[in-house]
Amino acid sequence: MTDTLESRPRRDRHRDRHRGRTRTAPIPLLVPALVGLAFLLLPLIALLVRAPWRSLPEQLTSAEVWEALRLSLLCATAATVLSLVVGVPLAWLLARTWFPGRGFVRALVTLPLVLPPVVGGVALLLAFGRNGVIGQWLDSWFGITLPFTTTGVVLAETFVAMPFLVISVEGTLRAADPRYEEAATTLGASRFTAFRRVTLPLIAPGIAAGAVLAWARALGEFGATITFAGNFPGRTQTMPLAVYLALQNDPAAAIALSLVLLAVSIAVLAALRDRWMTAS
Amino acid sequence: MTDLDGITTSVLTEGLDAHLVVDRATFRLDLALTAAPGEVVALLGPNGAGKTTALRALAGLTPLTSGHLRLDGTRLDAMPPESRPVGVVFQDYLLFPHLTALDNVAFGPRCRGANKAEARVQAAVWLDRMGLADHAGAKPRRLSGGQAQRVAVARALATGPRLLLLDEPLAALDARTRLEVRAQLRRHLSEFEAVAVLVTHDPLDAMVLADRLVVVEHGHVVQEGTPSHIARHPRTDYIARLVGLNLYRGRAEGHTVRLDAGPAITTTEELSGPAFVAFPPGAVTLYRDRPTGSSARNLWRCEVAGLETHGDQIRADLTGELPLTADLTTVAAAELDLHPGAPVWATVKATQTHAYPA
Repeated sequence: MTDTLESRPRRDRHRDRHRGRTRTAPIPLLVPALVGLAFLLLPLIALLVRAPWRSLPEQLTSAEVWEALRLSLLCATAATVLSLVVGVPLAWLLARTWFPGRGFVRALVTLPLVLPPVVGGVALLLAFGRNGVIGQWLDSWFGITLPFTTTGVVLAETFVAMPFLVISVEGTLRAADPRYEEAATTLGASRFTAFRRVTLPLIAPGIAAGAVLAWARALGEFGATITFAGNFPGRTQTMPLAVYLALQNDPAAAIALSLVLLAVSIAVLAALRDRWMTAS
Repeated sequence: MTDLDGITTSVLTEGLDAHLVVDRATFRLDLALTAAPGEVVALLGPNGAGKTTALRALAGLTPLTSGHLRLDGTRLDAMPPESRPVGVVFQDYLLFPHLTALDNVAFGPRCRGANKAEARVQAAVWLDRMGLADHAGAKPRRLSGGQAQRVAVARALATGPRLLLLDEPLAALDARTRLEVRAQLRRHLSEFEAVAVLVTHDPLDAMVLADRLVVVEHGHVVQEGTPSHIARHPRTDYIARLVGLNLYRGRAEGHTVRLDAGPAITTTEELSGPAFVAFPPGAVTLYRDRPTGSSARNLWRCEVAGLETHGDQIRADLTGELPLTADLTTVAAAELDLHPGAPVWATVKATQTHAYPA
């Protein structure tokens, strides 16, 4: 394949790079494509058009906004760290070892990706709620209460965001050459040392991408958070919750908050552009 | 224990004493291997013969199904790879891409308990010995193939192994670099005081680098001995092709060896019983018409099956009464008007054949 490409004249190769691409598209494809694109873009444009630009500085400097933003960033970051601490080892286990029911475990890990977040929140309540399966013991033995606390927000966000990290890191691990670990082993490294000093640096880009993805997902988390942690300003009210609440009585504030989240999303895309935007 | 070609293997208290058995679904490796300290042994064989599996079993990366593995009298069978006093140079080196050459070499000493500074000092000594002091700070991707190979050797030696394993150590290099690196590797191997086992499918690498060859085919040892012995007395088609000889097996009666399938070959040696006959492709003379004045007793009617250039010569594959390979000059090939399908007569003088007991 490569040989035939190499041996062809340059002009032909140049054409190959654009193989299957034309400047004209048939109408039955072009029209729905443009409708689809417009559908994705219009709401964002509407957001920008209706934004209260004049009062924006004032909106964004209000104490409530800062509180919600601070809480959002704090919780999303904590959820990402928590996801890294347990998610990377989980990804390693799935990619590098074999145990009975591994496929089933893998499916379980990805379940929160497709599960409605509200259901996740209900499930978290049943597990860690004051009368939950584990929560009742946490409460009576250690006096720890998780629901409707900031920690509860972190847990809800971790539950929803961690699968993104695990899937991303597992994919990177599978693509990484396991023989580097073998080489480390022959040099006297235990499996853990090989993981720490060889595998981890090799898959760092995949971990970073997974972490950014998980962080973005955590930042936007709504359903599981409001179900498990409630909506208390300064304690559990994150940006998406604040947006939703503001929309009821102060639409201008809701738009301002939305603009902040939009800016964060664009920043995330920019951070990941080398990975996804260059798919062609 | 077996006795092959006069090399007696016995239980050694020093060096390597291994019987490697690895069972796979479609493949079984069953290979006895011994080596004395300071000896360089080459496992030579075609692709898929089980050479790399044997190497992985020695390193502990592939578990033994049965058999044993002793090094300097210590059993290694049950020892995990990280505890074995074994160094490995992998085929494509597997230098850690995120570490500098120095830190790659320091990795082993570090894992074996040295602190960071000590490990780096040791690594610097090894790089210097390999003539790579100037490249200590370079990442692997900035090293040439030959340099990367030397870093890999330094990395394997830096842990002070009692057994050094090299998997196709020169295969990843281009022809020019190969010549140079082969000579350097030979020097380093001859300085190495413990056992070295290298795996290769290249007979030249094996013969230049190793004191002893172990030829492996289908997971078994088919022949072992010194390079010169094996080159002169091949026992399988694979080795005969490797060393560039035509090889036949038959029964000898006096100066004649009657082949199992096909005609008889007249030789100068006097033998009786099962025997091999070998002769180089250059000993074959070809004629378009049956030669009349030739004194050669060995005359066969053949047909050209294929032609290829071989150095500055033409190598002709012949089928017919006796399948054989013949080397001739380009001029001779043109004069004979050789082409696939052309009928030819082939002769070999008895003095150019070599017969030995099978």
